[in-house]
Amino acid sequence: MLDSISSLWFGLPDYARSTAWILLITVSIIICVALLTLWERKVIGWMQLRRGPNRVRIFGLLPGLGQPFADVIKLLMKEVVVPANANKFLFRIAPIIALVPAFATWAVIPLSPELVVADIDAGLLYVLALTSMGVYGIILAGWSANSKYAFLGAMRSAAQIVAYEIAMGFALVGVLMAAGSLNLGKIVLQQQGGPLAWNWFWLFPLFVVYFISGVAETNRAPFDVAEGESEIVAGFHVEYSGIAFAIFFLAEYANMILISALTSVMFLGGWLSPFEGYPIIGDTFLAKPSFFWLGLKIFVFLFLFLWFRATFPRYRYDQIMRLGWKALIPVTLVWIAVEGLMAHFRIGPWSS
Amino acid sequence: MASETTLTWATVAPAIAEIYLAIAVCVLLLVDVFYGEKRRGLTPTLTLAALALGALLTAQFGAVTERVTLFNGMFVADELGHFLKLAGFVFVGFALLYSRTYLEQREILKGEYYVLALTALLGIFVMVSAASLLTMYIGVELLALSVYAMVAFDRDSGIAAESAMKYFVLGSIASGALLYGMSIVYGVTGTLSLDELAGQLRGELSAGVILGLVFIVVAVAFKLGAVPFHMWLPDVYHGAPTSVTLFIGTAPKIAYFALALRLLAEGLQGAVAEWSQMLAALAVLTLVVGNVVAIVQSNLKRMLAYSTISNVGFIVLGFVAGTPEGYSAALYYTLVYVLMSLGTFGVILLASRKGFEADELDHYKGLHARDPMLAFVMMVLMFSTAGIPPFVGFWAKLRIIQELWATSHPWLILIAIVMSVVGAFYYLRVVKLMYFDPPGELPATERNTGARVALGLNAAAVVLLGLLPGPLLDLCARLLH
Amino acid sequence: MLVQILFYLFGAFLVASALGVIVARNPVHSALALVLCFVTSAAIWLLLEAEFLAVVLVLVYVGAVMVLFLFVVMMLDIDLAELRSGFTRYAWLGWITAGVVIVEIVGVVTARNLGVDVTRGTVPLPEDYSNTAELGNVLYTRFAYPFELAAMLLLVAIIAAIALTMRRRPGLKVQDVAKQVAVRREERVRIVKMDPEKRP
Repeated sequence: MLDSISSLWFGLPDYARSTAWILLITVSIIICVALLTLWERKVIGWMQLRRGPNRVRIFGLLPGLGQPFADVIKLLMKEVVVPANANKFLFRIAPIIALVPAFATWAVIPLSPELVVADIDAGLLYVLALTSMGVYGIILAGWSANSKYAFLGAMRSAAQIVAYEIAMGFALVGVLMAAGSLNLGKIVLQQQGGPLAWNWFWLFPLFVVYFISGVAETNRAPFDVAEGESEIVAGFHVEYSGIAFAIFFLAEYANMILISALTSVMFLGGWLSPFEGYPIIGDTFLAKPSFFWLGLKIFVFLFLFLWFRATFPRYRYDQIMRLGWKALIPVTLVWIAVEGLMAHFRIGPWSS
Repeated sequence: MASETTLTWATVAPAIAEIYLAIAVCVLLLVDVFYGEKRRGLTPTLTLAALALGALLTAQFGAVTERVTLFNGMFVADELGHFLKLAGFVFVGFALLYSRTYLEQREILKGEYYVLALTALLGIFVMVSAASLLTMYIGVELLALSVYAMVAFDRDSGIAAESAMKYFVLGSIASGALLYGMSIVYGVTGTLSLDELAGQLRGELSAGVILGLVFIVVAVAFKLGAVPFHMWLPDVYHGAPTSVTLFIGTAPKIAYFALALRLLAEGLQGAVAEWSQMLAALAVLTLVVGNVVAIVQSNLKRMLAYSTISNVGFIVLGFVAGTPEGYSAALYYTLVYVLMSLGTFGVILLASRKGFEADELDHYKGLHARDPMLAFVMMVLMFSTAGIPPFVGFWAKLRIIQELWATSHPWLILIAIVMSVVGAFYYLRVVKLMYFDPPGELPATERNTGARVALGLNAAAVVLLGLLPGPLLDLCARLLH
Repeated sequence: MLVQILFYLFGAFLVASALGVIVARNPVHSALALVLCFVTSAAIWLLLEAEFLAVVLVLVYVGAVMVLFLFVVMMLDIDLAELRSGFTRYAWLGWITAGVVIVEIVGVVTARNLGVDVTRGTVPLPEDYSNTAELGNVLYTRFAYPFELAAMLLLVAIIAAIALTMRRRPGLKVQDVAKQVAVRREERVRIVKMDPEKRP
């Protein structure tokens, strides 16, 4: 049985296998998003001493597990209202533009030592290029809806994303200096040698800056002025309803997972095991690099996203801009200079 | 693969002017950020000191005895470049010296103005030393971008903003044409290096090179201000703050001379027959339009803009000759012209006061009675620009005409002479206004000793070089032998 | 074969979107067409195996420049009718120019391909060739001088932009973060001890 499946699998042409992987990854991300929304409500509920969703069950299991699926079905049934005087074409296409980069970026992310859909040399640049395109969905949604609140939200978001993208890019410059390659697989391989050899240790300021910028890029709390319920209702997607709204929702959560995955790959050794080279564990599953470790690291960062949301009050708009331009960017610039010194004196990642 | 060259002092010394200037710009920028607000005169003074130091360093270390290329053939250092860079330091220094009071009175005496002037000078140097299409283009942009910003510098002035906008839009089109022409030439020949280009373009030229050449000539004509690509010039000269007009009218002309020389006379020397025809047509139009339209101007800055156009016609004529002697005549003309317009705009700056721009011709009525020194300097400059012996302007025109005679262009000589006579009319009208008209109710002129001494030196140079034209003429001939 | 089909497909999109930039009535649509234009040219570069340039084009122009462009265009309140009012007056000039350019292009294309040897194909590059690394190598060695100059050019652009737009207005109530952080409790809070009830 297994043999026949594997022979069938390897008998397939390349493009068919890639397509299969793409489908598999996309579907998994969508399911992860569904579970993440539930997890978010649960975690925040616990932090606020509530229970969170606990009614809808699937097959009588785990109270609340059916909640995200119930929500999706509800949103699917609702009417998508297109406002009068809206630009209908852009209004409809905007959610899709927001969603596509969040999925397409997964093509270059090394999921396990063997598995990466497209192993391209300029992988890091590809990631940067695609993540920077996600903002179009938001801008177009805000503009095409012909609504003041939506437009304000879109403008805030555009300025914020462009500002934090610079810090993000500079943080990644540090990573590629350490790795000497733009290929994500090589970036992971360069971090071999236990947790202290991972990039977070030598590039700690960049690691912090990258993750903060990542939170800002996804418009999550405490950087969620683009939605800012108290001032502009719901920001750029205020006019969206039904499944169109659900797609924005999907894009936002898919982006969260993506940022977590990228942070793990760039700074926490991706699929590398933290117990590499410990004699006690020997050659067991724990010591081997695998997708399990990447998944675990992604989960940790996703939890941080939720923790931030439950803990921090929202930044004011000018404070966001100040943090981005006057704190994060200078930090990255200084650390890149420090890295230059480290490379010169052969410290850390450059010691070999 | 790139050649392995280690950077040592000996290999970069000929580029000392550029390296020094880039560092000076950064230092001045930082000094201005931290101390500019507290001590207002600091940046202008430091800039002048930096220019003086730069000139000294360049004179001391930047000299080369023969033509050398640096940075993998991107940079050429020769005696001509060395001399033009020294001239650039001096001209920019004088320009900034004249403008200080003017800027102060209009509350635009800011550090950025001086920094931009230095980056413009850097652009000039890059163009002067460009040995590849790539560096030439970057030099053009570096100069242009700095100058656009300087034109718009007085933000309360609507007319300055308008002229900056026009300059920027038209200048971008010209840059686009230059880049387009360069990329066509590169696509056809496969080389960016001007030396290799000169080696490759021999005999019958392909259609692609000619097409690229057309675009390059258009861009050069635009930058110089030759008709019919001159439209930006009067508006920019008129609209920009006078200190900026002074700046635009002086040092960048050296760079545009270098642009024409390096691109056309050196890189595309194989196409000399083609481009000298194009330039001849441009030169005729330029001379006629420049001189005739200048007559009807009532605004002095606008009149001088058209005067610039007509002088550009002469410089272009030097290139039409298509011989090293012709280029040396064009170089001589350029230097002399820059010297004269430096003084002319300096006079306008000193005649202006706070809230009063001395830019109308009527503002010069009876200047002699109010300020004999300014009037005298202006008279010398006007005589010289008109080409009246024994001032230096005469020799410049004579040299061009000699070279046209040597390469047998009788019709061009005729047009040049007729148009010089037409031009003399509006230059002499300024003299007549200053000396023979009664003075009106006008504010007194500016008494800035430093600027006046500099202006005196400037006028003395015009007279002296006119009485003793030999050394500079010989120098120009030697630089382009 | 597939490459050719893709080339013509992207080429068609490129031309169509470039046309869209100039014919669109709404400036926002123009800007969006320009975005499409950049993306399709990036795709064409990919077909030429210039993946680094393609990605950087998307990263810089689509991801940053055009976002800011859209940002500004959306904020502008442009009266389209007024903008177009004088447009047809100069149409004849445009047509003449277009005619001249078309004649020129036809002339050039028919003139034996500009003298370039077009039959010479490009040499396929080895499998492990990375044009990212290769570009990095020449950029910092052979082209170091123009690279540094380009950096100066960008510095000038920054200086110019700031010098022309930054204006310190008097009376602006800007918060000084350093001061806010440095504040101490004693300066802001005064604890008053008082009895909960009035003493009899």
